[in-house]
Amino acid sequence: MARLTRYVPLLYILFLMLPIYWLVSMSFKTTNEILSGLTLWPQNFTLENYATIFTDSTWYMGYVNSITYVVLNTIISVAAALPAAYAFSRYRFLGDKHLFFWLLTNRMAPAAVFALPFFQLYSSVGLFDTHIAVALAHTLFNIPLAVWILEGFMRGVPTELDETAYVDGYSFPKFFVKIFVPTITAGIGVAAFFCFMFSWVELLLAKTLTAVDAKPIAATMTRTASTSGYQLGLLAAAGSLTLIPGAVVIYFVRNYIAKGFALGRV
Amino acid sequence: MAHKTENPRAWLFVAPVLLLVAFNAFIPLMAVINYSVQESFGNNLFFWHGIGWFEQIMNSERFQATLLRQGFFTFIILAIELPLGVAIALTMPKKGFWVPVCLVLMALPLLVPWNVVGAMWNIFALPDLGLLGATLNGFGWEYNMTSDPFDAWFTMILMDVWHWTSLVVLLSYAGLVSIPDAFYQAARIDGASRLSVFRFIELPKMKHVLTIAVLLRFMDSFKIYTEPFVLTGGGPGNSTTLLSIDLVKIGLGQFDLGPAAAMSLIYFLIVLTFSWIFYTLMTKNDPM
Repeated sequence: MARLTRYVPLLYILFLMLPIYWLVSMSFKTTNEILSGLTLWPQNFTLENYATIFTDSTWYMGYVNSITYVVLNTIISVAAALPAAYAFSRYRFLGDKHLFFWLLTNRMAPAAVFALPFFQLYSSVGLFDTHIAVALAHTLFNIPLAVWILEGFMRGVPTELDETAYVDGYSFPKFFVKIFVPTITAGIGVAAFFCFMFSWVELLLAKTLTAVDAKPIAATMTRTASTSGYQLGLLAAAGSLTLIPGAVVIYFVRNYIAKGFALGRV
Repeated sequence: MAHKTENPRAWLFVAPVLLLVAFNAFIPLMAVINYSVQESFGNNLFFWHGIGWFEQIMNSERFQATLLRQGFFTFIILAIELPLGVAIALTMPKKGFWVPVCLVLMALPLLVPWNVVGAMWNIFALPDLGLLGATLNGFGWEYNMTSDPFDAWFTMILMDVWHWTSLVVLLSYAGLVSIPDAFYQAARIDGASRLSVFRFIELPKMKHVLTIAVLLRFMDSFKIYTEPFVLTGGGPGNSTTLLSIDLVKIGLGQFDLGPAAAMSLIYFLIVLTFSWIFYTLMTKNDPM
């Protein structure tokens, strides 16, 4: 029995990898091979699909746009969430519990509901089709999450730390930046990871708020797929490339995922 | 544990968050409420319509069917993903070389853009060209996601399990590794069975992270849009049209803003009520 349970995670990972393998292997196949029948691995290995993406600026600019607004969003979300999470973890104030729950309710708001009002709002303030618009729109669901995660980590830090620092003559801003932030790096790592993740994977709002200059890669994919026929190989190559930023980010926070998660409430 | 002090100036700390979220949440929400009580004949002419749209939506068979479908979907994926995620977290190694490898590989589906998830599973499930579709057909199951509602549901649920079980695994695992070894040693001395270790040590320690997992999965599965839309387009027929897909059809497809706004408010209230009840029940004994 104990032997058998060891294979559970292995089987699960195998199940996770199968569709990914299928996507990546298809990206190396020629259109002819894909349509001529089922082959388990590419028979005529080709890089043509990738060449198309890297030489066409409408394709590769999609990646640049996506990464730009995702990074902007991560910075804004974490920077705004830090002081708020500190307040929630250290102080009692009027309406704190209600406020905390209200923040969380924003994660429930379906993007489909907000698509049209968002379009009107960002057009009226002149931010339509800019990276900052998408970054700001994504704070709707990322800030609540970042506050939630950071609050969990901060509550694990004893208040004696704050008090000792004040006794030692630190002012609040100096204490916060020099002492407090470094002690919760793991928490910031985890929060940044989640912000990056949810901003990177979201499409509906990103697509609604952009037209040309800030169009995300995921939107380029759907439009290309529908205008120039069903080019499965090209679609698969573009899809495979979207896996890379995620994989890189996971690699960087791998130790935080292993250890950091457990420190806070998350 | 941190003890809290009374400090009204804490509002200043929260101000940036409030400002950003209010801009993003409050203004659009007002717009939605505004639409939900008005009738429009185009040309930006609006008329007061009271609660007419709400009555119409609540009584429409289409909305009831969609809501039922959505509830069914959420129930099934919670019933599969939670036990599965906890089971995988329990069987994962606690230390050593394989821990980061497992975690990195498991986190990968979470970082795939949602429309790529849909496209990936669409390619994977093609009855003749996809690995899954071809295999199932090879076993004699006449599998075709685009014509058979059962197959479409099967694929949609499998896709969601593929996509989100890892979140439950990661959260439960974080809860598990935070349990000090002393707890397990005490249990061994007392001669506790594996089951009672789980029931009395691991489960209570995981309560908090599992609350988060249930809340996140509940909220997110209720607002799911991109993945099933790319996978099946809501079809065959209306069989996989979940709430958000129907909402976009009415709101942006037919441009019936009033009914769409009313429907989204009802939908929002349902999620809010359930989450609030669950959150209150689970955090009742917390020192928050």
